Formats: sequence, structure tokens, C-alpha cells
Amino acid sequence: MASEIMNATSNALFWISSAFDAPTRAVVFGVPIDGHLVVEVLLVVVILFQLTRKSYKPPKKPLTEKEIDELCDDWVPEPLTPQITEEMMVEPPTLESAAGPHAIVDGKEVVNFASANYLGLIGNEKVTDSCVGAMEKYGVGSCGPRGFYGTIDVHLDCEARVSKFLGTPDSILYSYGISTIFSVIPAFCKKGDIIVADEGVHWAVQNGLYLSRSTVVYFKHNDMKSLEATLEKVTGRSKNPEKVRRYIVAEAIYQNSGQIAPLDEIVRLKEKYRFRIILDESHSFGVLGNSGRGLAEYCGVPTEKIDIITAGMGNALATDGGLCTGSVGVVNHQRLMSSAYLFTASLPPYLASAAIGALEYLEANPSVLTNLRANIAILLKELSDVSGLATVSHPLSPIFFLKLKKSTGSNKTDMHLLDSITNQVLKEHSVLIATTKRSSLDKCPLPLGLRLFVSASHSESDLIKAAASLKKVAAVVFS
Amino acid sequence: MVRSPYFTTLTTLLSYRILFLFGHLRDLFEKLLDWSKLNNLQGYAPICFGYEDFYTRRLHLRIQDCFERPIASAPDAWFDVVERYSNDNNKTLCRTEKTTKCLNLGSYNYLGFAAADEYCSTPRVIRSLKQYSVSTCSARVDGGTTKLHVELEDLIARFVGKPAAILFGMGYATNSAIIPALIGKGGLIISDSLNHNSIVNGARGSGATIRVFQHNNASHLEEVLREQIAYGQPHMYRPWNKIIVIIEGIYSMEGEFCKLPEIIAVCKKYKAYTYLDEAHSIGAVGRTGRGVCEQLGVDTADVDIMMGTLTKSFGSCGGYIAASKEIIQYLKQTCPAHLYATSMSPPAVQQAISSMKVILGEDGTNRGAKKLTQIRENSNFFRSELQKMGFEVLGDKDSPIMPIMLYNIAKIPAFSRECLSQNLAIVTIAFPYTPLLLARARICISAAHTREDLIKALEVISKVGDLVGIKYFPVEHLTLDKVKTSTK
Repeated sequence: MASEIMNATSNALFWISSAFDAPTRAVVFGVPIDGHLVVEVLLVVVILFQLTRKSYKPPKKPLTEKEIDELCDDWVPEPLTPQITEEMMVEPPTLESAAGPHAIVDGKEVVNFASANYLGLIGNEKVTDSCVGAMEKYGVGSCGPRGFYGTIDVHLDCEARVSKFLGTPDSILYSYGISTIFSVIPAFCKKGDIIVADEGVHWAVQNGLYLSRSTVVYFKHNDMKSLEATLEKVTGRSKNPEKVRRYIVAEAIYQNSGQIAPLDEIVRLKEKYRFRIILDESHSFGVLGNSGRGLAEYCGVPTEKIDIITAGMGNALATDGGLCTGSVGVVNHQRLMSSAYLFTASLPPYLASAAIGALEYLEANPSVLTNLRANIAILLKELSDVSGLATVSHPLSPIFFLKLKKSTGSNKTDMHLLDSITNQVLKEHSVLIATTKRSSLDKCPLPLGLRLFVSASHSESDLIKAAASLKKVAAVVFS
Repeated sequence: MVRSPYFTTLTTLLSYRILFLFGHLRDLFEKLLDWSKLNNLQGYAPICFGYEDFYTRRLHLRIQDCFERPIASAPDAWFDVVERYSNDNNKTLCRTEKTTKCLNLGSYNYLGFAAADEYCSTPRVIRSLKQYSVSTCSARVDGGTTKLHVELEDLIARFVGKPAAILFGMGYATNSAIIPALIGKGGLIISDSLNHNSIVNGARGSGATIRVFQHNNASHLEEVLREQIAYGQPHMYRPWNKIIVIIEGIYSMEGEFCKLPEIIAVCKKYKAYTYLDEAHSIGAVGRTGRGVCEQLGVDTADVDIMMGTLTKSFGSCGGYIAASKEIIQYLKQTCPAHLYATSMSPPAVQQAISSMKVILGEDGTNRGAKKLTQIRENSNFFRSELQKMGFEVLGDKDSPIMPIMLYNIAKIPAFSRECLSQNLAIVTIAFPYTPLLLARARICISAAHTREDLIKALEVISKVGDLVGIKYFPVEHLTLDKVKTSTK
């Protein structure tokens, strides 16, 4: 046994040494190929081969059925919603009458500053009569989406009326105010597009921006220098301007601060950097401008320069639903690409006829806008020195916005303070005021505050009473 | 799921190929001859690049007159369809003053509340319109909650069989705004492959991971659940925070019920939460109209969240969520549609209250029970007759939605226009509502349809079906004359 191994070993050694000592068989490029050269080359090849191999990983064993069963049994989900705390059990005030300038809340009459009834159309008889007529003819609901026999002639009439009022080529109606903007943005902006948006836009706009999957860059709230710097940065980075769609998204009157966007500046920047503009005029439609035609009329900008205008009709027009207006191409694009238009029932016909009635009222009575502006001026004067609160809204904005002079540190405690003020104002002085609400999904960084929605049908005594009660309560709370 | 016969699929694909070819040729000619018009964008990118709207421009425009047909009366069993004409090959359609009275098989009017109703519209809705005005112009939390809203929420909770409910002004916004409030990053949503666009949008907007299970397949759902719980989140393998399974009561493009008992059993076993969207089934199915849970014998306490809309069976607008008191209270604090959106219009709320009371029998009559029996009988009669004639009809027994398969794209306008010329208004569905190769015509039966209406509709559909060639299954011996004599 041992001798055989010895023999095998000596044979192997003999072969190796003869390979090394083999005479030169060939000469390649002046280099004699000796036997040992062949062995060394083979060795190098083997080393290189090993280096290119991946390191050894033990194979992954899939989990067995029993192991999966165990994991499933062990897994404990979180509860669907977190624990309800005491403060979450608060119910909002319940109205027992129409939400006009004077409403009945929990049995007593209050002065109502919580409804965005800017033109005072709530309770208007002509509008109510046209709604009664529409209900008797068409019923209440429309029972179908626009594509499947849900298009009623009132809708088409309303769209034509809105286009005529604003002077735009075409319009499209949506069945709900906030779903307008969060459906329009994804219809036009897709992945790879660039959107420059104001950081103070409300939740519906933020949701639309998120759903569009485009690159979103925010600029400082209503700051044109910041907008210009952002546009400069964004255009510098992008290589091919004709292959990437670019949009600026802004609100005409910001719900979260009452500021008005300087449209002429924005249009100048948009033309310089070749962006399109999507403007949300929910709170300025029917309010700004000499005849209520919105921010474009107020700033003296021709409507053709604004690519897409959207508006919720639940404010000045005192109805429900939304609209979007622009060129024929823009509107036709939405009729097949906008989800909240295609996949949902259309606006109830009586609401569309209420919108037509509201527009007719506005065209026949432009003096209602002067009343509204006068009311805002009165409130501005009366609320110029409230302890602990500062006015931040624009002098022409019908959303009168007061923020805390000094924040308590967190949104939650700010909210408590503001709620205590509004509760006291309601209980002791019968004035209904709203605070800004912030959902946990809302990413707006602007401070919280109190909002008073001024209406053209508020009387001077209403405004003075509201201002006086707020001043009294604020003096007590902030002392 | 529908499986189309081979020959039909081949011919459908061939017809698409021909249409695409012509579309591309037209695009080419447009580029060559009209290039000046296309290039005057002055440095802006076009709103739609080349092929993004190819389907709209070249295919949809040809059959545009089959969609968005305006009507000039209430969407009742018979309504007036406005006539339209086009001078430029369907690119623009112009309204005329003329209308044609047609039988309505397209509107979601399951219990017949669409038109002015003696109990609902006059006087109750008009009275609430005069009392509360058209709109509150305010969000629910600010000053938009009226007594009517509170009453309707209590009534919905009682009707559906859950402790509490919350109301929204629009069904689409209900799904899009609620799902992000319930689940976020680190959670998992498992949704049926044929779920509605509002659910898809809500799921995308929430930021959670989305997985899809095969339509109505409880065993595939179990497989997906086991795999996801065992392996956890992708990349880091952390366990999921929570899992929500989203299904619908009736799938509106298929007309079939979901397999609720099996799916609930699977979800309970793996501790996943269930979200049931009853947009089409609430009020229309079940012995007393309480939806798919009643129809399939499932206890409502087993479903965590029940969503529904008031547009279809109640003749109003809006949506609701019904769940436990804690969930509803939490949603009232966080849901954006509750905090920011204008509250539902008070007359529409009153319409929903009145129609719900009629269905429950609380108006003092048995009209509700009669309507429910009527719609069930109508649906079953119509479906069985269509199947006997040889059409490929989808959907389950007792379901008021009946899709009839067309498949070929040219049959869509042919069927639609031919039916309209015979005064029958039918809805045909093409891309993007259904997959490209599975075009269909969809019929929604209403309790307002009488037996004569249905027989007339069957005659017209049979004639047009022969003309267009969609009787894919062999015809049984029973003819329509025998049906007429047997039902007299």
C-alpha cells in the first residue's frame, strides 16, 4: 500500500520535472517556449479564472409551509385607527337653518362667519326657484357618469355660460369642489414632468401633485424672488425643454393664509422660462376684479395667458361642484383623461342650474362686489389691534385670516388655543368663526389661525359685533 | 373572468391592427402636410406627446358619438336623448333642439328614484331646499353640518347595520380621501385586480405598498397574504404595520358579486382588515336592500369598513363610510374630505333620507318592498331571456347589471347606433373602462322598468344582435313570442 503511493508520487514528480525540463519546442516572437513557461502560463490562467468567480453564498432556503404558518400566527397588526382621546370626541356646531349671515346653531341665532358665502347667494329666491324647476324636471341625482347618459343639457348650458362669463374658449364641469384640482393635475402632469408649486397650497393640490408622480419643487409662500430662483435652478438642470412639460401651480387666494398671488409677476416669469400655469381660483372666482371675473381681471392679465384655471363652485357661487376652463385642447384632453370626470357620477342638475343662476345674478348686480369690498375694509379696520392675533390676509381677500402673534410651539397646542377662542366667541357672543383645520395628511408648513369668511350680505353691525367679541375674548385669553 | 373565443380574439386584434395602421398613416400625413401648425409651440413641450393621445385622436374620435350623449329630461325608465350631428367626421358634435324619447337601459337608477318622486322630491326635498338653501358653502367641521346631515348619518348606520357612519359629498372622493387616512407607508393594501379607479387612486395616494390578487379568487388571496406576512416589507423585511384587503360588492363591469364569505374567512384567519365598497350593491340587492352582506349571508360585524354611494339606488349624490364608532370618530378628525371639502348639499341629503325611509318601509307604505321585488324579478327575467337568445351575458343571478360581450371594436358603434335608431338607449363600454380586447355593452335594470318595456328592449336587442353578429352561443328553442304569451 505504502509502496504504491510512493510509486504514484515518484511518477508524478517525474512527469512534472520532465515538463519543466522539456527542451525548447518552439520560438515565438523571439521567446523560447520552455516547458516551465507553459506550466506558469497555465497557473496564471487558473488564478485569473478563480478571481472572476463569484464568492460562494449558501443557497437561500425558501420558508416551509409550517414556518409560514408560525410567522402568520405570530404577526400582530396595529389597530386600524389609534386610540380615541377626549379631545377627538368634540362635535362641530349643528345648523338648524340655512348658512346665511344669520344662522341658527343649537337653538340660538348666531352671526355666521364660517360660510364662504361671499356674494350672499344663500337664500336667494331666484336661484332657489330655478333649482325647484330643475328638480321637478330632472329629479335630484344624475344617475350616471358623463360618458353614459349622465350628461344633461343643464351641464352643457352651464359650461357654455362659464366660458362666456370668463371669456375662455371652453369649460368642463366636475361633480365635487376639491376633486377638481386633484384630478386636473394628474391628467396633465405625468412622471418625468416638472412642477414648481407654492408651499402653502391646500391639501387637494398637494394630493394632486403626489398622484401625478412628477418632480415637485416648492417655492416660499407667495415669494416671487423665491419663485424666480427656483425656476432658474430647475431650468438650468433640465436639458431638453421641449421634451419635458413644466408647470407652475398656484392658488389665486390661498386658503391657508388669505394672501393673493401676484399674477402679473407669475405670468412674466412663466413666459420667460417657458412654463405653463395651473391656477386654482376657488376663492377668487366671482370675487376679485371689477365684475368678479377673478384674478386675471384684477391683475389686468388677459385670460389666454393662463393655461388652466380651476375653481370650486362651493364658495362665491353658493352651489357645489367644480369647474376647469382653458383652451379647447386643454378641456377636450380632460374629457378622456381626468379620473374624477370619467369614473364618477355627474353633477346633480339642480346644482348646475344654481350655478347658472348665480352667474346671471353676478352679471346683473356687480354692485354686490363693492359691498363685499366695503365689508372687508370695515373688518380690517375693526380688527387691526387684537391682542395676541395678527392679520396676515390681503386687504382684498374675503378670507380674513388672523394668525397667532406668538406660536405656543406645536400645531397641537396652537389648535387648542384657537379652539378655545372660537368656542368662547360662539358661547358668549353668538358669533360663529372657523379655525384652520390641519389633517394629519396635510403637509402645509404655514401657521394655523382663525378664519372669518366675509359675505356681501353681512351688515355693518354684524361685522362690528364680530370684531368686538373677538377682541374681548382674545384680551381675556392672552392676558 | 371572461375568456374570449380564439377566432373572436384574432379578428379583434386584426381590426385593431388595421385601425392603428390607418392612424399612423394619418399621423404621417399630418406631420408632412401640416408641420407648420404642429411647430408653433414656441419652446413649450406639447400637452400630449406623440403616442400618449394616439388612442383618443385616431380611435376614440371615430366613435365619439356613442359616448356623452346629452339628455333633456330626468334619467327615468324613458327619457329624451338630445340629437347631435357632426359636420367634420365626428371631430366636433353639435347639439340640436330635437330630442327622441328612448328606453333607458344605461342609467344607474336601480330603484327608480331618479325622477321626481311623490314622497321624496315633492314636497320634502323642495321644503329642505327652501329651509337650508342649495349649499352650506362650508366644510363639515366649520359650519357645514346641519341637522339633516346628522340624521342621514344615523339612518345610514341603521340601514347598513353598523354602529356609526360618516357622510361625504361625492363617492369618488370618499375612496380617494379615506384610504390615505387609514393606512400609510409601512402598510399593505391588497386589492382585487378589477377594482374601481377611485380605489386605485386612493391606494396610490396613501403611500402604502399595493399588491393585487386575482379577481374574486379567495385561494390566491390566501397565497398572497401568506407570502406577504411571512416575508414582510420589501428590502428591509420588517413586518407590515397593517394589511387592508379592498373588494367591491358588485363589480360594475362584470355584474358579478364578490365571493364575500370566503374572502372574509381568509381575512379573519390572517388578521387582515376588510374594506368593502358597495357602490352598486347597496339598496339594489338583498331581500331588504341592505346590500351584498344580506344577499350572501355575511354578518356586517365581520367587515371592518363598509363604503357605499348614494348616487345609484337612492337617486341622490354622495358617499358614506360605515364602521365602528372609534373609526368614524377618528376619520372625522383626520379625513381631508371632511375637514376641507364643502359639505353635501342639503336637498340631496334629504333625498337620500326620504328614499332610504321608503326602502325601509318607514314612510308608511310598502313601496320599498315592491321596488326591491320588482328589480329582482326584472333582472332575472332579462338575464335569462338574453342568455336564451344566445348572447354572452356576464353577471350573477339577482344582479341588476348585465354586460353583453361585443369584443370587436367595430361592433361598439354599430350596436350603439343601431339601438339608438330604434329608440333604445344602451351604454357601450370600450377602453379605458375595460381591457382593450373585451369591449361590451352594459345594461342596468331599474325597478321603474315594466314588463312591456323589457320585452320591447329584448326584441330590439335580438334584432340588432343578429345584425351585428354578437350571438356567440347557440340559440335555444324558446322564441320571444312564446315568452310574450307565457307572461300574459
